[in-house]
Amino acid sequence: MSEEPKAPMKVREMVVLRVTAKMLIPFILLYALYVQFHGDFGPGGGFQAGVITAAGLILYGLVFGLDQLKRAVPQRVLEITLAIGLLMYGGTGWVTLLLGGNFLEYGYLAQHHPVHGQHYGIAMIEGGVGVGVASGLLVIYYALAGRGRR
Amino acid sequence: MALALDILSWIFLLSGATFAIIAGIGVLRFPDVYTRSHAAGLGDTLATLLVILGLLLQSPDWMVAVKLIMVLAFVWFTSPISGHALVKAAYAHGVKIDCEEEDAVSH
Repeated sequence: MSEEPKAPMKVREMVVLRVTAKMLIPFILLYALYVQFHGDFGPGGGFQAGVITAAGLILYGLVFGLDQLKRAVPQRVLEITLAIGLLMYGGTGWVTLLLGGNFLEYGYLAQHHPVHGQHYGIAMIEGGVGVGVASGLLVIYYALAGRGRR
Repeated sequence: MALALDILSWIFLLSGATFAIIAGIGVLRFPDVYTRSHAAGLGDTLATLLVILGLLLQSPDWMVAVKLIMVLAFVWFTSPISGHALVKAAYAHGVKIDCEEEDAVSH
């Protein structure tokens, strides 16, 4: 007897996936923040944090469907945050230029204490990279997963 | 004391590695998707437990130990669930079970 391939399962049937994804996603996002802010002192940084954020949200999209993910994170918002991430990176460079240093010479961000300026600069750059990478990956996922619709 | 800890840690690490190798052989040699993912899932959980126990005995402070336990919890959550999702997707798309009896798994 030949079995017909059954229809893809609906979200309601995947109880295990639904429950565990809901349990894990907050921790994945929290871990992304940890990696983001740990980047000053050790391994980690904006790119990895952005990738982990996007992975957590894409997990949500895989389990609950693209429409639910788009309701949580609209594509419009992503297009704006993508630009904001790039702006934070480039803007930090231009601010140091305006304060009298070279492009991205962080020391000029805090006039009295160059080391503090370097802290601020790295935090800004990593924040921009994180936001940009996360929203960039999500936009790519939207484009690929939404292919063939409409 | 330190020597005893080292020996115990080595025992845990080596037995964990052995289980990982056995799981890998199982993934290579079992006949179909279901049994292979069974080998991978079971081997993963036990091998991860043993390796992390071995590493815990070597951890210099509490921070590292807590992080290792969190890694263990995360792997214990995700590894069986990914196996479950994989097998469920395979079954839903009609992958045959390589088995003597008809309908070994039926609804």
